[in-house]
Amino acid sequence: MLRLIIGSSYANTIVVDRAGKNKSIKRAIVSAQPGDTIRIKPGKYSEGNIMLEKPLVIIGENYPVLDGDHQYEIFTIHANHVTIQGLMFINIGVASINDLAAIKILDSKYLYIRNNRFENAFFGIHMSNSSQAWIENNTLQSNVKVEHQVGNGIHLWKCNHATISNNRIKGHRDGIYFEFVTNTLITGNRSEGNLRYGLHFMFSHNNEYRDNHFVNNGAGVAVMYTTGVKMINNTFEHNWGASSYGMLLKDIRDSHVKGNRFIQNSVGIFMEGSSRIEFTENTFSQNGYAVKLQASCDANNFNRNNFSGNTFDIATNGSLVLNKVNSNYWDRYEGYDLNKDNIGDIPYRPVSMYSMIVEEMPTAVLLWRSFLVFLLDRAEKAIPAITPENLKDDFPSMKPYDFDKAGK
Amino acid sequence: MTRIVKYIFYDILRTRFILLYTAFLLVSTIALFQLDSDPGKVVMSLLNIVLMVAPLISIVFATIHFYNSYEFIELMLAQPVNRSVIFLSEYMAVAVSLCLAFIAGVGIPMLFYGAGSTGFTLLFCGVVLTLVFTSLAFLASVLTRDKAKAIGIALLFWFYFSLIYDGLLLWVVYTFSDYPLEKVTISLIALNPVDLARIIMLLRLDISALMGYTGAFYKDFLGSNAGAIASVGILLVWVIAPLAWARQIFSKKDL
Repeated sequence: MLRLIIGSSYANTIVVDRAGKNKSIKRAIVSAQPGDTIRIKPGKYSEGNIMLEKPLVIIGENYPVLDGDHQYEIFTIHANHVTIQGLMFINIGVASINDLAAIKILDSKYLYIRNNRFENAFFGIHMSNSSQAWIENNTLQSNVKVEHQVGNGIHLWKCNHATISNNRIKGHRDGIYFEFVTNTLITGNRSEGNLRYGLHFMFSHNNEYRDNHFVNNGAGVAVMYTTGVKMINNTFEHNWGASSYGMLLKDIRDSHVKGNRFIQNSVGIFMEGSSRIEFTENTFSQNGYAVKLQASCDANNFNRNNFSGNTFDIATNGSLVLNKVNSNYWDRYEGYDLNKDNIGDIPYRPVSMYSMIVEEMPTAVLLWRSFLVFLLDRAEKAIPAITPENLKDDFPSMKPYDFDKAGK
Repeated sequence: MTRIVKYIFYDILRTRFILLYTAFLLVSTIALFQLDSDPGKVVMSLLNIVLMVAPLISIVFATIHFYNSYEFIELMLAQPVNRSVIFLSEYMAVAVSLCLAFIAGVGIPMLFYGAGSTGFTLLFCGVVLTLVFTSLAFLASVLTRDKAKAIGIALLFWFYFSLIYDGLLLWVVYTFSDYPLEKVTISLIALNPVDLARIIMLLRLDISALMGYTGAFYKDFLGSNAGAIASVGILLVWVIAPLAWARQIFSKKDL
């Protein structure tokens, strides 16, 4: 009797092997008790859709391949305490009504999705109405060329308290997609070459994004309708194209953007309808526009940022200025510093006249780089007439800030 | 004709101005390449030289040269040589020497540091603008007999194409900004070789992503085969038309 109780409280391990006794993952799951571990040996398993409705640990050895045969979703998880680790998912079905995913999670808690590989998944990891999930060290790659034939890499809908760390996502529609996701940490991920956005979220409050790389995505990063965003030490690099943004902020409020690097984006930050965001210690270099600050934004504060090598530092579309841009470093600043306190003695106006004209009349862009525009810009610098009077840095730094040193 | 071209060419080389021009281009191009490691950005800065300096030097030099060789021209006219031949020889010699100076001054550093196909387009634009402004210089020279006046006209041409025209264009865009202007402006651009060369260059650089819808429209047009042929054709018209007109005036002119 005692032995029975002890025996049942210990988890069993079931081995699934193409060459062994248990050949099927599905049957192993049916026979497993809650809390058991299923070890999958290397091989190729084409079992269609696998339902998982009890707490199990599924571990792959040397990346066994789970093939969706271009038709099926693979795991559908509807249970708490599930771990999926070390598997390789390929060829998930493409559908326009259902969001078929390599791993779909519904109404669950305490999930660990670790060290998996995904190739040509429609959706990679699709999680809805769930919480307490750890999605770590997964590699997702898709080779589809058109947007409607591929889903998002990591897709969360109505989730909270998740941790998404150190994943690599390439070639999906959106690398990471959140809707109604709260209190989540996103860190150390690399989202690269996705067809639409590297990161895309809406209505996802109080999340923290740290040390992520968003590189070369079709339209960069777009985030909307959210409060309490923390963006720290991320890199937004080479999101280049006519409608591509390093980061697009729409209706974002009460947030912090700190220590990020915006490099070679056609627009570093585009913001509209956003309020009370603190931008500190960011680096903007070699962007087309470093910041496009629409007049619908208010009470934002740009402080101690480095601007260098950008074609336009700041562009705006109106004369109303409710934002502050003080104590930044601007490589175009031509003022002087008589008392040697490293603060320029005359204010810097980061908005060039020509960017104002183009904002008003897009066709005027055809005169760009002409001698006339150069002269007009110079004249405007001397006597501001069109550019917003108040959009200026009163305490421009004479030297670039060294953020690397400060961080160490 | 080749003999006349040769004589004029040697004459130009003897004044050393062309060598100075080559050296200036060489030094500034090398300096730009050394200041910035990104060839794309260097091409961007070189664009200013191509659009401003090359036309200015070409037009002023060609005008002055024409008046300095007035005696030579008169001497040649005393021989049994066709007026057109003399005129075109003058043009050929001046244009070829200016183009060679430009290609040597900008092209050699480019070859050395590597600037790719955009660099090649830049060279092409520079050469074409040199030819266009040499033509305009010859036109200015035959329009009047007074050297100072001719230089004035030449400078006016330069001012017009690099500054005044753009001002007018900006005014048009401003006045009619409520209308779709893409097609209109692209034809207006064709009326100014400097603008046309500038747009061709800008669309070759990845900076064109900043040009929004207008840029995309131009890219669509100028990027297509028909558009490329049309733009090159228009630039050639800009070389040939002023020259043909000048030749006609010259052949009837009472020297």
